Amino acid sequence: MTAAPATAVLDRDGLDALVGVLRAQGRTVVGPTVRDGAVVLAEIASADALPFGWGTEVEAGRYRLVPRTDGAAFAHTTGPQSWKAFLHPERERLWSADRRADGRLSVAAERPQRPSYAFLGVRPCDLRAIAVQDRVLATGRHRDRGYQERRTGAFLIAAECTEPGATCFCVSMGGGPAAEAGYDLALTELVDETGHRFFVRVGSDAGREVLSGVPGRPAGPGTESAARAAVDAARERMGRAMPPVDLRTLMGDSLEADRWDDVAARCLTCGNCTMVCPTCFCTTTEEVTDLTGDHAERWQRWDSCFDLDFSYLHGGPVRASARSRYRQWLTHKLSTWYDQFGSSGCVGCGRCVTWCPVGIDITEEAAALHDELAARLRRQDEREEREP
Amino acid sequence: MSEVPLPYRVTRVRPETADTVSVALAPAGEESLAPFMPGQFAMVYAFGVGEIPVSVSGIGDHELEHTVRSVGAVSAALCALRPGGRIGLRGPFGTGWELGRAAGRDLLVVAGGIGLAPLRPLVTAALAAPHAYGRLNLLVGARTPDDLPYAGQVHAWSASHGPPYCQVTVDRPAPAWRGRVGVVTTLLNGAAFAPGNTTAFVCGPEVMIRVTARELVHRGLAPHRIRVSLERNMRCATGHCGHCQLGGVLLCRDGPVIGWDRAESLLSAREL
Repeated sequence: MTAAPATAVLDRDGLDALVGVLRAQGRTVVGPTVRDGAVVLAEIASADALPFGWGTEVEAGRYRLVPRTDGAAFAHTTGPQSWKAFLHPERERLWSADRRADGRLSVAAERPQRPSYAFLGVRPCDLRAIAVQDRVLATGRHRDRGYQERRTGAFLIAAECTEPGATCFCVSMGGGPAAEAGYDLALTELVDETGHRFFVRVGSDAGREVLSGVPGRPAGPGTESAARAAVDAARERMGRAMPPVDLRTLMGDSLEADRWDDVAARCLTCGNCTMVCPTCFCTTTEEVTDLTGDHAERWQRWDSCFDLDFSYLHGGPVRASARSRYRQWLTHKLSTWYDQFGSSGCVGCGRCVTWCPVGIDITEEAAALHDELAARLRRQDEREEREP
Repeated sequence: MSEVPLPYRVTRVRPETADTVSVALAPAGEESLAPFMPGQFAMVYAFGVGEIPVSVSGIGDHELEHTVRSVGAVSAALCALRPGGRIGLRGPFGTGWELGRAAGRDLLVVAGGIGLAPLRPLVTAALAAPHAYGRLNLLVGARTPDDLPYAGQVHAWSASHGPPYCQVTVDRPAPAWRGRVGVVTTLLNGAAFAPGNTTAFVCGPEVMIRVTARELVHRGLAPHRIRVSLERNMRCATGHCGHCQLGGVLLCRDGPVIGWDRAESLLSAREL
């Protein structure tokens, strides 16, 4: 018996068969689909639901769907959601508590049936974002059991990027448009004179097994090199870039920068950036009781560090000003995340830039902070030269 | 157990001040939480109201004590508890004071108001092992004489000839007050400790921690020998909700007790 090959080529029917195989395994297949003028993530019953023939035009504070003539399914950039909507859902019950007539309490942990997901079309930046959330929620002394269960059962099919958007900057965050790790299967979409097809690479045993049940054909060297070339070209076409400096140190040295006042004058503290960010994980809890008052439930929901209540201590919020809240977001994402979880919290997906209602651009803010720090250090050097 | 609160039964309730109550708790069933170390905290669940982090203020064989000041919905519900009442507990969480690492050294315990609560089990543990440590100083500041928690015990300690060598001061005296008036750092001159061989344990309002730690560094204590207990909003206590961030520190996981070498820059930036 020979092992199934590590690569293959699927056509559009093959992609549909892939969805069918995953659904036959009992998985909930989630992929990009067009709804309400955006590419959103939702359960799909067949590959036909994918956004064939749709691209996106993005800029700071702007997102538009545009039709494409080539019929490509994965030529869009990241949408308003990320996979955290499924792995780390917006609302989740943590426990239920009941009070008996004699006053005794009983508390029951939540043990629901976890869906077995297959994610189709995970961008390489989002693969890295999932790895970031894995470090936050599923490693360390305490684990988020719900996250861990959903994550362990999830089958990931990456879609490498060949059409980066104007707000993309993954390359400058140490990533890139190629899927490198953490996937079961990786697709590269090709539309050229040979036709519309998907080059598939196997990333895990589970991926190999699923692929073996899908009618495809072996990938010739031409397809593989065309796929490489398309992804390599995308690497050179990133719309934005972070300043090429050590962002972790830059943020740590910029806590008292004037630039925070400048960005605070524009920031609405709406929290959109934290909602669309694929790594933002913060949650709060709510206590809910029924009408008898003897049944209570503890719910967890997404929270944002831009909310005043987020830092509330008796007496008031610790971070009352917009300046301090924007600073918290950016310094956490780019700097203190390393202290807490051993990596950057930013993967360069560009969502926070695209979905900011006033178009605040994280790369522009980082560059401005760098310029301010550089100017401050220059002045300091000059002073020291004058007064040795 | 960290996921779900374990039911505990209120065994005793002792009012400390006008807005502060100590609640003694025992497991309601067979199961109990793992032992707490002084300085660690529990997430205390008031049924139907919510959950807050509270440091342990007393550690017994089969009992835990929490001292709660009524400042919000959950703490008000906890202050209204009566013996026999039920609450839920998760824990133990966080770093402790790590008294063991101060073996052979002078101990300087500095408390501001209800900041004495998390320090109280530390003092008890140090008193229980008198030969393990040098001199045990306890300096307590309160806003007014009426705001002094554990007043009976604290006054008894001050009246005795130690240990603990206890001094008390208040910001605003009442007519009957015969003691010291002023901030807690004014008591340092009256405390006998060798700065090079002292470990300090400080808890109180942030401004009090800042002023005290700076004064102690000025007097020659190494910053990492000054242990401070900090407070932030907290929802999960398991490092996942993000609320207790203080710069790179997650206070539920890396705190609430951290060294001044780490805390100084975090408490020096406004609104961090």
